[in-house]
Amino acid sequence: MFNFENFIDLPLIWYGLIGTALLLYVLLDGFDLGVGILFPFAPSEQCRDRMMSSIAPFWDGNETWLVLSGGGLFAAFPLAYAILMPAFYIPVILMLLGLIFRGVAFEFRFKAMRSRRIWDYAFHFGSLAAAFMQGMVLGALVQGVKVDGRSFAGGVFDWVNAYSVMVGMALVFGYALLGATWLVMKTDGITQEWARRCASYVLGYIGLFLVIVSISMPMMHSHIRSLWFSMPNLYLLLPIPLCSLAFFVMIWRDLYTGREYRPFLMSLGVFFTAYLGLGISLWPWLVPFEVTFRQAAAAGPSQSLLLVGTAVLLPVVLAYTGFCYYLFRGKSSHETVY
Amino acid sequence: MLDKLDPVLLGRIQFAFTISFHIIFPSFTIGLASWLAMLEWRWLRTKDVVYAETYRMWVKIFAVTFGMGVVSGVVMSFQFGTNWSVFADKAGNVLGPLLGYEVLTAFFLEASFLGVMLFGWNRVSPVMHFASTIIVAAGTLISAFWILSANSWMQTPRGFLQGADGMLYPADWLEVIFNPSFPYRFIHMVVAAYLTAAFVVAGVGGFYLLRKRHVSHARVMLGMAMIMAVFVAPMQLLIGDAHGLNTLKHQPVKVAAMEGLWETREGAPLKLFGLPDQVGETTRHPIEIPKMSSLILTHDPNGLVRGLKEWPREERPPVAWVFWTFRFMVGIGMLMILTGIMALVLHLKKRLFDARWFQCWCMAMTPAGFIAVLAGWFVTEVGRQPYMIYGVMKTAESVSPVPGAPVAVSLGTFLLVYGCVFGAGVHYILKLIRKGPESDEEPYGSHGLRKPPVIAEWAGEEGGRHV
Repeated sequence: MFNFENFIDLPLIWYGLIGTALLLYVLLDGFDLGVGILFPFAPSEQCRDRMMSSIAPFWDGNETWLVLSGGGLFAAFPLAYAILMPAFYIPVILMLLGLIFRGVAFEFRFKAMRSRRIWDYAFHFGSLAAAFMQGMVLGALVQGVKVDGRSFAGGVFDWVNAYSVMVGMALVFGYALLGATWLVMKTDGITQEWARRCASYVLGYIGLFLVIVSISMPMMHSHIRSLWFSMPNLYLLLPIPLCSLAFFVMIWRDLYTGREYRPFLMSLGVFFTAYLGLGISLWPWLVPFEVTFRQAAAAGPSQSLLLVGTAVLLPVVLAYTGFCYYLFRGKSSHETVY
Repeated sequence: MLDKLDPVLLGRIQFAFTISFHIIFPSFTIGLASWLAMLEWRWLRTKDVVYAETYRMWVKIFAVTFGMGVVSGVVMSFQFGTNWSVFADKAGNVLGPLLGYEVLTAFFLEASFLGVMLFGWNRVSPVMHFASTIIVAAGTLISAFWILSANSWMQTPRGFLQGADGMLYPADWLEVIFNPSFPYRFIHMVVAAYLTAAFVVAGVGGFYLLRKRHVSHARVMLGMAMIMAVFVAPMQLLIGDAHGLNTLKHQPVKVAAMEGLWETREGAPLKLFGLPDQVGETTRHPIEIPKMSSLILTHDPNGLVRGLKEWPREERPPVAWVFWTFRFMVGIGMLMILTGIMALVLHLKKRLFDARWFQCWCMAMTPAGFIAVLAGWFVTEVGRQPYMIYGVMKTAESVSPVPGAPVAVSLGTFLLVYGCVFGAGVHYILKLIRKGPESDEEPYGSHGLRKPPVIAEWAGEEGGRHV
């Protein structure tokens, strides 16, 4: 039995790894959920075909990062998994149902003739529900979770309040930005023009939501306030909101100057800085503000075993995921569906 | 009324329903992926276009099935936590890494290379495409490896320690992964998946032959499927027997329930049929073959077989479920072997592809594999009750602190949504089957993605808009 517990800080490494997996999920599935959110507003049927084609080879792999985040949490921090899943029973189930509808829509839509409209809407509302529920879970999470002993002690509807609804909407707009800038990159013609308009439209809302969340989090919790606004932390952490602001300005300019790739990359940057800010605020809690990642960590041998595999396999996974993105590079068209 | 709902029972029904729904798809795609790899290899070797056309037809069916398997599988990875959080907390140290490995070694592989398999036809070389098919097929088998290891560990837990806090800790990973029932369960399930796919393919081939459509493709389908029925179906009987003996060694009460045997006795008869009575502790109206059960289980007509009464009432699984689903599974297995024998006889008489009654028979057998797989899983999962982890943790102690009402609502929603999705999926698969393989299909697989632009092509595209 090997155990690296005494040589390296296993819980910290796993905290970082799960955080990375979740970030990759948000970035990658974010843009294809975003395409689903924008789907019914597209100007024509051919645009919709094109939008779907642009993400068809990727969505399955993107969603696997969610499975890795969930499975990884179960493996590395079983206590956190066992508290959070019952706490968010309803939104998690609703998110899964949303993902079911949008997932099967990829396969069914291209085979349907008369019922195509149904799958268009299944795709849209499934994406919308999944994004909104993820946002609501996040909104409820930052307010804290009731815990008694080793299990969730709150009520079934603890996750519903105005704040979580607001964060849910924020994430819907955020994913819409990723989706729109993805389409700017992967399409041309009227689809691209429309996507550009969508991106600049949602950009303002996202700015607004980000400001509200950034102000409300320190207001809700005094320790978050002291973390961000004490010296010298203020100066050390200031680059994060400044970078975010810079990304915003660049997206805004690029959308008018007609750049195709940069708006998408900058949108990923906006998500990255927001994610980083949240991560710093919630450190070191895994179940805010009850269980830290150290308390929730699985036994040393369990984290060690999976770490060996992850160290070998994660680079390989990233390599062939990159290969797939490279293989299906270029603009997508509305023609020849498989 | 709502607070009278039993969260344990509802959670069990929900898990049973969602996992039963899910297993339908992998048990088809595991077999189909390997067969597609075989077809593509034949195509590359012989350059016979019939193989390629058959591949292109079935890869679409594969994609639909795989998609449904993925979305119903994502649900499973969250249900351990949403509905069985106490189990997740206690057993997470042992089972978590196995599931983590499944994601890392199989799910990403399948998801990424399925994209190449479906949409990469014009973007990669034929050999690379073939490699993608093989990678996807390997991915399905690797996935089966890890999930069956995890399930088998719950049946025959080994290599762990229970701490004073009730938590389970791994002691020896090799013993955990290669626990006693795992090799048997893994081989039994993979072979079952191969047979399931083979009988679906045979059914479709039979349908085309009966209608005299796509005859050359149908001969490939029926012919290759019957090779499986002739050679692999009898093999499954032997594998199943070995698996049963392994269960007798480690979970004897499950075998007693399968046999409907209550009294411990020598020379136990084999009950072909009967009505197990859990309360009365007897199996009513049995039709028996004397001494056969002892012969099968101990390989001695007078061998001693332990009956259900050896265990206290609360340690016994629901006998009727195990008894009946076991008979369904074995019965279908026998029909599959019979199909193989008939195919062999017809082949020797050179009538395999024109005996109309046999085509009808194959069509009737299309869903056989699915029913057998589901029945088999009911035997092993219900037979493990009342335990979640056999001998270690009871199902009733594993449930989440979620009240009955939300579980009832989620169960109802799953029933409704899965019903719709399954109906639509079957509808589109039948549509693809009706359409059949296409001979004059345009180069397939670009899926609307243009080739990477070449400088020369740019000029023509500059002013053009696509709508």
